[in-house]
Amino acid sequence: MSAASTAEPAFVAKTKTGRFTDFVDSRVGGSGILREFGRKVFPDHWSFMFGEVALYSFVILLLSGTFLTFFFDPSMAETHYDGGYVPLKGVEMSVAYSSSLNISFDIRGGLFMRQVHHWAALLFVASIAVHMLRVFFTGAFRKPREMNWVVGGVLLILAMAAGFTGYSLPDDLLSGNGLRIIDGVIKSIPVIGTYISFFLFGGEFPGTAIISRLYMLHILLVPALILLMIVLHLFMVVVHKHTQYPGPGRNDNNVVGYPLGPVYAAKAGGFFFIVFGVIALMAAFFTINPIWNYGPYDPSPVSAGTQPDWYIGFVDGALRLMPGTFGDWHVEQIFFGQVFTFNVLLPALVPAGILFTVMFTYPWIERWVTKDDREHHVLDRPRNAPTRTGIGVAGFIWYCVMWAAAGSDLIATHFHVSLNDVTYWLRALFFVGPIIGFIVAKRVALALQRKDREIALHGRETGRIVRLPHGEFIEVHAPLDEYKRYKLVGFESPEVLPAVPNEHGVVTRKEKRRAALSRWFFEDRVAPATPAELEAAHGHGHAAVESTEEAKSLTH
Amino acid sequence: MGNHSDGSPNHSGTVATAGQNEVEKFQDPGIPPHRLRLADTDPKAAKRAERQVALLFGVSVVGTLIFLVAYFAIDLGDDSSIATIRLQNALLGVGTAFAMLGIGTGIVHWAKALMPDHEVSEERHAIRYEEDRQAAVRIVDDIVEETGIKRRPLIRNTLLGAVALAPLPAVAIFGDLGPRPDDKLAHTMWAPQDGKRKRLTRDPDGTPIKASDVTIGSAFHVIPEGLNELEEGKLNEKAKSVVLLMRLDPASLNPSKGREEWGYNGIVAYSKICTHVGCPVALYEQQTHHLLCPCHQSTFDLTQECKVIFGPASRPLPQLPIAVDDEGYLVATSDFHEPVGPSYWERDMHERSINS
Repeated sequence: MSAASTAEPAFVAKTKTGRFTDFVDSRVGGSGILREFGRKVFPDHWSFMFGEVALYSFVILLLSGTFLTFFFDPSMAETHYDGGYVPLKGVEMSVAYSSSLNISFDIRGGLFMRQVHHWAALLFVASIAVHMLRVFFTGAFRKPREMNWVVGGVLLILAMAAGFTGYSLPDDLLSGNGLRIIDGVIKSIPVIGTYISFFLFGGEFPGTAIISRLYMLHILLVPALILLMIVLHLFMVVVHKHTQYPGPGRNDNNVVGYPLGPVYAAKAGGFFFIVFGVIALMAAFFTINPIWNYGPYDPSPVSAGTQPDWYIGFVDGALRLMPGTFGDWHVEQIFFGQVFTFNVLLPALVPAGILFTVMFTYPWIERWVTKDDREHHVLDRPRNAPTRTGIGVAGFIWYCVMWAAAGSDLIATHFHVSLNDVTYWLRALFFVGPIIGFIVAKRVALALQRKDREIALHGRETGRIVRLPHGEFIEVHAPLDEYKRYKLVGFESPEVLPAVPNEHGVVTRKEKRRAALSRWFFEDRVAPATPAELEAAHGHGHAAVESTEEAKSLTH
Repeated sequence: MGNHSDGSPNHSGTVATAGQNEVEKFQDPGIPPHRLRLADTDPKAAKRAERQVALLFGVSVVGTLIFLVAYFAIDLGDDSSIATIRLQNALLGVGTAFAMLGIGTGIVHWAKALMPDHEVSEERHAIRYEEDRQAAVRIVDDIVEETGIKRRPLIRNTLLGAVALAPLPAVAIFGDLGPRPDDKLAHTMWAPQDGKRKRLTRDPDGTPIKASDVTIGSAFHVIPEGLNELEEGKLNEKAKSVVLLMRLDPASLNPSKGREEWGYNGIVAYSKICTHVGCPVALYEQQTHHLLCPCHQSTFDLTQECKVIFGPASRPLPQLPIAVDDEGYLVATSDFHEPVGPSYWERDMHERSINS
């Protein structure tokens, strides 16, 4: 007891807020956390906001989705519609479709919440995709962030899964046809396809089980996995600290930016409300998925020009591009009496498989080629990694060709061209597009690097034309200040790493392949300008400035 | 680049100064000097920014009020029209948007105009320290040692075996998710029941079709007689048995051997379920005699027994053999002679068993 009295007097809070904070702090130890994170520095750049958009869209999805679950009934039992939408009165339909119509027409704000939910879902997948493009093109996936890149890729897949399971829930004609396509794709899987189809649908398509099963996946399993992955993702962001764009004062050993409290927290927190506001505006004015126009699911009718949600489009497009026959040769083949539906299997699995495999493994590929085991916290400007930028653009174009193919019929009707021609062109672009994209993007990146060199060494063009005494015209260039110049010259430019023998003195075949890839990556290279080159250019620039002054004095 | 005309060497090329730039790189000049904003130097500007922020928060309050008014004042009674719902949806959205954007832009403006905008630099710490790593390795070694798992392989091996088998029930318990497929996909409602052939009836009302109703160039969406009366599994049966009925000039049909009797007077019936992934092949181009699937644009030629002439489908649409009964109605003489719809692993097996 006496020991207690000799101890340091305990902290006594003076204000009400202080007492409350002290109560919590003395029970959970929050001050340590606040000390660690309260002033943590975050770099600032507009392109860092895509990840935030994704996170905030997910929060909005949880909020609006919870509201929808209070009214939605995922039953496929048959009922006759008796709600506020007159054209469908008395029509036979599933309870799921009927309750979706009720949410739209009989529950105040229900349509608004449906619209918010669907728009937020589209934005969720889109912002993840754009965020991943940003991460790829700036090299943010490099050590130590490779695992977080993989977690991000898993999040993209989960987001698509969440979107697709939700898309099917209203049990309308459009989403029912989407399910029918999924069923067809599943049935094409060798050996177990028929069983998977029967197990998924609880028997033959469409059955009476699929909506409630998808509902469970949509509101429980998939969101829980997404939440888990988001926690992992953000945990790793905290461990790694954020990357930063190159610039004066920034290097791999520091973080330059604003402290979390107050500036960064205010900007990021305020941004949540902005994202919510923008989604609300879209929900107010742009109709999305007007299920009442489609009618209940029926396996017989289908309307032309139907489209899946955008993120499934590339798979649907790949399905459309694959020819089922070459002349009289059928792509679907029968071996040993069993059916191999290659015309469905290949387009459904191969392009998506290649995209995701390359995406997931790319950090390791580049690490192997460059033998670079350092930590990178300063991003690359895309132009300063021309080959990576080319690869990214090639993948992007490949994706876009497939995506465009999902709208081949709309392209044909809007531009009054033959549907078959559109398909033939897109088939050609499927193979040629990525190659052209790679070459063009790489050349553009190299050209931009040359432009940077030019500006760093000779200054920026001022547009001022001056005539020298001997009659020559020159344009005056204004030299850059050292901060702006450092932004243009302060980057790493990896070089080709030739094959090196291993400890036994042998150049392995793998090492040779690595060297060949390294050559392909870094052969074309624009080196950053050096002080010596600037010195050489400066003498010349100086003369120009002097002549300008001469010219000026002449005009007086 | 006009000032290059004096013959000075061109430095803008791709001069790869390999290896040299390690030594002579530009020095990092450090974080650029901080520039004060208007609100930092001019109290009036600061006051103005403060008022702007407050105004934006005020906009948010207005938005919330708009939402509440739209929610309570607009009634979605039984007689509400689409226009009412559209109006309410727009006002709820605008209200929410103002409420949210007001707060959001207000806070961001506050942060950008009034909060300190000094960029600061913070050191990064190593993600892992060598000392920690060694300690962790020691701990793991100690744990492994204390369990004795290396010294007692019997325990290790039996545990591995048990753990490997334990998930099997978790897989097996999903066995009742669906019935076995058996040959369910191989049969449809069209098979004659008790010797009575099924009539072709209109989709969706189920009225039978007389051969004389089918004029040249016309097309009918067809379901089997009795489908609408099914108590359960109606959609499952419909998903397999929907048919397109068309009449062409008999001369333009080219039936193959054994299929000459499957049509009647140029009237032919084909499965409407695409052999690609199962969409309804709903579009009939009367001029060209093509059937087009709107989902993936597979195109089938009626004059060649619905052979695939374009698109991703690989097999022709199955034909339903039809005839006319005593009263002049169209009937199916048998079920399809192959499974309809998308291909599946056992499909060829089923086709052979149907035709044997």
